[in-house]
Amino acid sequence: MLSVLDFVPLLLQGLGVTILVTVLGALLTLVVAFTAGLSGLSKRWYLRWPSSIFVEFFRGSGLLVQMFWFFYALPFLGIQLAPILAGVLALGLNEGAYAAEIVRGTIRSRAKGQTEAAIALGMSPGLRMRRILIPQSIPAMLPAFGNVMVDLLKNTSLVSLVTVSDLTWRAFTARTVTGQTVTLFLTILVIYYLLSLLIGWLTRWLEKRYALDRKSLAKARPLKNLVGGISA
Amino acid sequence: MTIWDTNFAISIIPILLEGFWLTIQITFFSFLISLVVGLLVAIIRFLKIPVVSLIFDFYVSFLRGTPLLVQAYVAYFVLPQIGLTFDALPTGIVVLGLNYSAYTAEVYRAGIEQLPKGQWEASRALSLPPMRTWVRIVVPQAVRPIIPVLGNYLIMMFKDSAILSSITIIELMGTALQIGSNFYRYLEPITIAGLLYLIISFPCSLLIRRLEQRFVPTH
Repeated sequence: MLSVLDFVPLLLQGLGVTILVTVLGALLTLVVAFTAGLSGLSKRWYLRWPSSIFVEFFRGSGLLVQMFWFFYALPFLGIQLAPILAGVLALGLNEGAYAAEIVRGTIRSRAKGQTEAAIALGMSPGLRMRRILIPQSIPAMLPAFGNVMVDLLKNTSLVSLVTVSDLTWRAFTARTVTGQTVTLFLTILVIYYLLSLLIGWLTRWLEKRYALDRKSLAKARPLKNLVGGISA
Repeated sequence: MTIWDTNFAISIIPILLEGFWLTIQITFFSFLISLVVGLLVAIIRFLKIPVVSLIFDFYVSFLRGTPLLVQAYVAYFVLPQIGLTFDALPTGIVVLGLNYSAYTAEVYRAGIEQLPKGQWEASRALSLPPMRTWVRIVVPQAVRPIIPVLGNYLIMMFKDSAILSSITIIELMGTALQIGSNFYRYLEPITIAGLLYLIISFPCSLLIRRLEQRFVPTH
């Protein structure tokens, strides 16, 4: 009988796939979140409506349904996606829809004086968003984004159901060969837990690093430079 | 072969609705479990009993840090190995309920912590026993402002119950997959299943947004 140790290389490969799916999913989530979130803030209805339809649709109908739809149903429309692509697409669009609400909500809740000051300085709407609102909002978004990323990591386990050989899939198949159900599943539970903790630590580090703390700003940029910057 | 077969789609709706009904039952019972267990966990953590509270801190962090799918596998495949055999359905309901109890425990905690200190002091001044303080004073006031958040978790549970199809529970998602593999037509069953999830969760989330405006804490 094979022991669990024989499966360590396979589990490690699975871990690699899980991390790959998480990273790709996270990138797609960020792109989707900012695209949909910023469109949701637009004054133009032809940007705002599609954005809110997209967000409500993807938040309302469950990730697993979406993943199965991309994997099983899309081929009937003539589009055959690689399993990993179907998984990443579903993950990115679903988590992106949640994150879009974070982007929209955070930017909208910036102090009104910031926008007014930017208008007074003659900034165009695009410049206002790029230079003033988005940079200020990112530190405020970080904790919520951290939660989304932990969710994303946990939800990557669902790609095993569309035949992607991630950590969960490896453990599941190794189980049928070794019968070492307890060890295998407890091992991957611990691995997932450690990865979640890692994302949590990373988020908290980023929060500290990019905190909008007036003291640290004053230290980083002496007043003289600030004055020079304005008159230049 | 047509891409979308309307007659086929209509013919499978009754079976899908059966699965849908099971999904709703699962969600209901899991939500009850998560409400009760979450409250107990929140109270134990709040009391800061040495060791015990730490164990429950870990309980919350571990359940929140690991995938529901793997938790379901553990419950379904590992428990029988140590001599505990349950049917898939009760196992799934308990797993989903316990998984979400970690989230509701955090929500209750927020509710308990926002309670003004004067409420505790007044209970003590009236020398209410601890049990009555919790049941009559703390919990009723802690729950009111968190009702919308709990509602959001209810909707999330409703959607996450689809994951239980992977431990052979034939709820809505499981039914859709079974129809798909029987007839080799996946487009209709999965699309209809998705729409059924949407039909419930979208109006509910609108309702919760209204509730949020009404239940904003008054203190």
